[in-house]
Amino acid sequence: MANNFYRFKFSMTFMLIIISALVIGCKSDGKGDKEPEFDVDMTEIDEALFDNINQAKQIFYAMPSPLETAMLVKSAGAAYDEDLLNSIDNAGNYTTNRSMALNLGIYTCDLSFASLFDQTQTSISYMSAAKKMADGLGILDAINEETLERLEENVNNREMIMDIVSETFMNSSSYLQENNRQAISSIVLVGGWVEGLYLATKLVDKDSFEGNKLVTRIIDQKLSLNIVMKLLEEQKSNPDVAAIIDDMNELKAIYEKISVTTSEIKPSFDEETQVTTLESETKNNFTPELFAELSAKVESLRESYIL
Amino acid sequence: MKRSLFVFIIIALCFAFPQSGKSQCKGFAKKICKAELNPFTHDGNYHAAILTEGEEAELYKTFYSDQEYRVAICGSVGLPNIEFKIVDAHRNELYNNRNDDYTNVWDFKLDSSQQLKLVVKVLKAGNETEEPESGCVAIMFGFKVK
Repeated sequence: MANNFYRFKFSMTFMLIIISALVIGCKSDGKGDKEPEFDVDMTEIDEALFDNINQAKQIFYAMPSPLETAMLVKSAGAAYDEDLLNSIDNAGNYTTNRSMALNLGIYTCDLSFASLFDQTQTSISYMSAAKKMADGLGILDAINEETLERLEENVNNREMIMDIVSETFMNSSSYLQENNRQAISSIVLVGGWVEGLYLATKLVDKDSFEGNKLVTRIIDQKLSLNIVMKLLEEQKSNPDVAAIIDDMNELKAIYEKISVTTSEIKPSFDEETQVTTLESETKNNFTPELFAELSAKVESLRESYIL
Repeated sequence: MKRSLFVFIIIALCFAFPQSGKSQCKGFAKKICKAELNPFTHDGNYHAAILTEGEEAELYKTFYSDQEYRVAICGSVGLPNIEFKIVDAHRNELYNNRNDDYTNVWDFKLDSSQQLKLVVKVLKAGNETEEPESGCVAIMFGFKVK
């Protein structure tokens, strides 16, 4: 009888272990369990956009990648200035996870920027610096010798080079996400984003402030800053992320002085090109004084990240 | 002894499955979905999740003026149609692929930069008695290099 009782107890214990493991191990990422608030910090924005957020199983806050950031700076008419990039000689100085993650983003942005201007040798050097950061973070095989060889083989093929940069960044970020290192992944994105903002502020021609596309790009980052904050908030228990949230709050305090209003968006489909244009207009109150304040803050943040 | 080994294997497999699912998702995104962006350049970001019929995912992203974008939504084999819509900050629906026979790509550009929401939903196949399908859903963006 007692034997049967113990056998029953033993079986029940194992059942409980299996059920617990199923619940813990087999459930999804669980992001959808949260009810994130998403307050778009832009004038004339309707909170209703975020009403149904808790219905979704998974929420993604998509920051611009370092590649997109570099492309936005270049397409706004910026010139290439290699002196602005973070020197590859600094790569050996980064030994903490925080500094390696920030500078993986920074070097990837610099690498993308150099690639967009067909600076192939510089691109290869910056890919090596990015590799050093990725290796230091334990990101296995995101960038390997074969990547560097492929870059060298395609020196005259910008599209292929951009494809290689995009692939290596995807390898790094997906590796971090798959290994539940979202905090590091977010810091990498912040590094790349701050570097793009730094390059943009440094490359603005201050004599032609009005109607300057690069200035518009800098203002536009007010929208991305909201997404940066939401992404970081999800990982705020990580001390490195918490410190970066403080940095971003300093930037946010300046961006809050910039008012941006937007008209209603009207989609217009072009049969010939099969492309839809989202037609709208925006207005802002950005001034050279606000620009100077923002530039100084971006420079000091970036300086603290590359030291 | 045999029973303990069996239980251990079940637990180990259970812990291993989420990782394996994520890795398969990455492989799927890289091999299948990225190709859908051609001739656009993939931005390098990776957004993928395992979704079951009837489930939704949402993505918030800033899209910039004067850039041409392609969004590609891909579901793994066996999943029913995936509906996706783009909503603006005033909750206006700017696009719904339901009107385009559930196409998995959409090309667009913007006059002014906007923060938009992308809502992706795996539709229900219709048969309530069958086990709902689950699979990887990847959301990827490409842009034209200028």
